Amino acid sequence: MKQVQYSLSRWMEGGGPEAEIVISSRVRAARNIKNHPFSCLASGQDNEIVMGKIKAAISGREEFSNFTCLPMDDISDLEKQALVEKHLISPFLARESSFGALLLRQDEAVSIMVNEEDHLRIQSLLSGLRLEEAWQEAEHYDDLLESELEYVFDERYGYLTACPTNVGTGLRASVMLHLPALIMTGQINRFLGALSQVGLTVRGLYGEGTEIVGNLVQVSNQVTLGHTEEEIISNLGSLIGQIIEQEQNARQVMLDKKRAELADKAWRALGLLKYAQILSSQEAIEMLSDLRLGYDLGLINEIDHKLLNELLVLIRPGCLQLLAGRELENSERNLERSVQVKEVLERSRKGNN
Amino acid sequence: MECNKVLCQECHKNEANIQIIKSEDGKQTEEFLCEQCARQREELDFTFEPQFSLHKLFASMLNQGILESRESMLASKKQCPECGLSFAQFSQVGRLGCSGCFEAFEDSLKPLLRRIHASSGHTGKIPVRTQRRVKYKIELEQLKEELQQKIQNEEFEEAAVLRDKIKAMERDLEKNLPEDNTDQDNTGPDDSEEGDQN
Repeated sequence: MKQVQYSLSRWMEGGGPEAEIVISSRVRAARNIKNHPFSCLASGQDNEIVMGKIKAAISGREEFSNFTCLPMDDISDLEKQALVEKHLISPFLARESSFGALLLRQDEAVSIMVNEEDHLRIQSLLSGLRLEEAWQEAEHYDDLLESELEYVFDERYGYLTACPTNVGTGLRASVMLHLPALIMTGQINRFLGALSQVGLTVRGLYGEGTEIVGNLVQVSNQVTLGHTEEEIISNLGSLIGQIIEQEQNARQVMLDKKRAELADKAWRALGLLKYAQILSSQEAIEMLSDLRLGYDLGLINEIDHKLLNELLVLIRPGCLQLLAGRELENSERNLERSVQVKEVLERSRKGNN
Repeated sequence: MECNKVLCQECHKNEANIQIIKSEDGKQTEEFLCEQCARQREELDFTFEPQFSLHKLFASMLNQGILESRESMLASKKQCPECGLSFAQFSQVGRLGCSGCFEAFEDSLKPLLRRIHASSGHTGKIPVRTQRRVKYKIELEQLKEELQQKIQNEEFEEAAVLRDKIKAMERDLEKNLPEDNTDQDNTGPDDSEEGDQN
């Protein structure tokens, strides 16, 4: 039975503050339930009990009526891959969890992972720079769950988690940034070292240990203990503010010096996405970056953030195959990708006219 | 020559589009490289492995003997009484087994947490159901610190007052604030706690 449909998440609609640089904001809280071993080292039996407790906690509650429960054992690898690509679950939940499950709100802006490393990972994902709002959203469900379940909490160490890097608030806040100007000019390197010194982590689009592709960079907090949730979020927010400013400056310089070249690059990218017959994900993601920059600099119309976000997700292997409705070899995927991208661009052009 | 192109100092072929300014011991050096050559440089590596490096960081912290207690922990074959995880297992996987591990391995965890987070105390959100008790305990901890200060400053009269207050609070904590705070509030039919009916 096919349970996961290819659908748009709310963040893909785009919008929100600083949307021309910040693609999305994400906040997650790690929680564990008292008197049960943490999920990652526990037996399947223990995790099954935890799953039961969480199900009981939300069953019949109005606030969870728009959630779907997707047990990892019931969905295909392809479906799991698509969920990972949409940042709704972690690779760990998809591959290594026992009795792992995803509780997904209809608009896909809130996802709650059960039996990941910790019993609960409550996550909210929004477009633009909206960390406070994302935390409020996640905290709402945190409070609801806590009213039914007793969390492990220590007055000195806060929320206890399986990994010592999450202890305290259990909070990880991250933003996805599009930084073409800083990356093209090499200025990004100045930031990277500085960011790690102030307790922030930088990584590529696909998360842990991935290379930067498509000029997309994820920045998140590393420290979870000793600061309040609000401090963590405002610290991250203000540093992101500085990166945004630098990116804007760098874009302005580029625009002043190479306006025609940038416009050409963006229109070429659109042409390639529209007419290519074989499209690798690497090429597609690079073209989408050129296109996004052109759009954000006002050099190209015909497109918008919603379209760019949709394409950014759609070109990934799992989502692409889910949309195609079958598993595809790598070479088949490159053919299928060009077809799907063309279709979306075509559809949006008709919609605009 | 009106040519603004600067050639890469490494390959002398491509246009240099990356400028590297290094400052070591107060001396600044400048280099102009093309993107390809810059990518070869380790210090400019475009790839990141934060999680991995975090784990590596832990492992190195635990393994290089930064934590003096590690040796004795391993030697004592310390195990968590609740979940059975041994300290050796923890230092391998970097994951704790249950909430009991925090107490069992506290001697080693405390410096580790301080190192990761540059802090060893939680200041953020407190779950509603433990709020009253936790706040009371936090206040108690603060008073104890204050007491130490007073003793160090040889302000014994004030220290005595604090000591009595702390004792009274500790007694309170044992008697009046039971472990499960929800019993006190009686906000409604809370029998669903076990969740068996559902």
